[in-house]
Amino acid sequence: MAKSHKPIVWGPFAAGGTFSAFFNPVLILITGILVPLGAMSLSYERAHAFADNWIGKLILFGFIVLPAWHAAHRARITVHDFGLRADILMATVFYATAAVLTVLSAVALLKI
Amino acid sequence: MSSNKRTITFEVMRYRPESDAEPSFQSYSVPCEEEWVVLDALNYIKDHLDSSLSYRWSCHMAVCGSCGMMIDGEPTLSCKAFLRDYGSTVRVEPLNNFPIERDLVVVIDDFIEKLTSLQPYIIPKEPRTVEQGEYLQTPAQLKKFKQYTLCINCLLCYAACPQYGLSPEFVGPAALALAHRYNLDSRDGGRAQRQEIVASHDGVWECSFVGACSEVCPKHVDPAAAIQQGKIASTVDYFLGFLGGGR
Amino acid sequence: MSRKPYVRPIPKTSWFMRQGRYKRYMAREVTCLFIGAYTAVLTVGLMRLAESEAAYNAFLTALKAPGSILFHVVAFLFAVYHSSTWFNVTHQAMPIQRGDEFVAPGVIVGTHYAIWAVVSLVVLLVAGV
Repeated sequence: MAKSHKPIVWGPFAAGGTFSAFFNPVLILITGILVPLGAMSLSYERAHAFADNWIGKLILFGFIVLPAWHAAHRARITVHDFGLRADILMATVFYATAAVLTVLSAVALLKI
Repeated sequence: MSSNKRTITFEVMRYRPESDAEPSFQSYSVPCEEEWVVLDALNYIKDHLDSSLSYRWSCHMAVCGSCGMMIDGEPTLSCKAFLRDYGSTVRVEPLNNFPIERDLVVVIDDFIEKLTSLQPYIIPKEPRTVEQGEYLQTPAQLKKFKQYTLCINCLLCYAACPQYGLSPEFVGPAALALAHRYNLDSRDGGRAQRQEIVASHDGVWECSFVGACSEVCPKHVDPAAAIQQGKIASTVDYFLGFLGGGR
Repeated sequence: MSRKPYVRPIPKTSWFMRQGRYKRYMAREVTCLFIGAYTAVLTVGLMRLAESEAAYNAFLTALKAPGSILFHVVAFLFAVYHSSTWFNVTHQAMPIQRGDEFVAPGVIVGTHYAIWAVVSLVVLLVAGV
């Protein structure tokens, strides 16, 4: 039986899952609840200033890329568990989505 | 000494290949002693009510792994299922995810094949003669793999694992845990050989860490842990392989 | 004696409804949809930030919509469920042996929760709560 190539996607899944576990709750709380409700502010000046240096860019890139590849792999497994057995198609759809988010965020961060 | 007998109704799955097209349930009313386990009730049924009922059992003390079955929908050793923990009706079925041979007896050939394929024995690091004497092992070296030696091959983990149910080619929890046991043993040098199966698609990569296997294991082997550690090790191997390293 | 082993069919789509532990597993798996969706929202935010101040402010305004806040509340709950289910199994994935004994699972898991709390606090402070 040949060894699987799953490690290619499982490595990012595990790293992304760990990163997401530590960071996503507070990020969602801030950008999705506290800021819109006015308890905090992320003004254009402050946000732009944070993203204007390489450390900020790297952190923001991490906030996108790591959860994206984690979610993509888990989504592939999830649809399989829901009985959708077109694994190659689903894998392509989800990893392509993660790739799109990766590229879009990289382009955006390089523009800033 | 008076005993508190309780009448319990057992709904037991029957299947006779020579006459049945599919399984069905049969009801038995059993006067149960307080301290009984489900196995005692099954033995009562066989001795007094219906000698045709077929089921596996042996030690009656949770060390042989023979009496695994679904009790109220949960994979359980029937010798460890105390009736005081159950209600007035108990449903007994053969272990999930295995073909039914007859009544509560399942076909376990698939598991035996997979277990054997993992080479579950010490593969020496180098050839060794009797004159060299015994292996020496510290308590710490033993502790490293000890918990994975406790498997009694009861197959409750396979019955609990949804991925084994949905993808029967999956090597499965107990087999992978036993591979892990030997990989962690300081006397063993066969990890690379076992990786051919462990790191294959039907090995650790079919597992999605549901964790049900470890939850139902009566010996606390924690096969889920063995598999996750196997995934990490296989991933490290894979990327080290690119760098020209790997083992 | 003829053998005719009977294979019980397993429903591919609803198998997880049969046991509580399977339902909890699927809830854990489904967290990825919310984390993925949030990450997409965050990406859009970065794109708007790179575009112009007006675009970014429009993005902030869109986040105030009740539908958006509801989505983020639900996403937050699923994210917390992902975090706790992830941390709870760390002792299985990374056992630590110290001499003849293993570090207690509670210590490994508890340390992750503690780091989670510290990280969250730091992010809140940096973001300016």
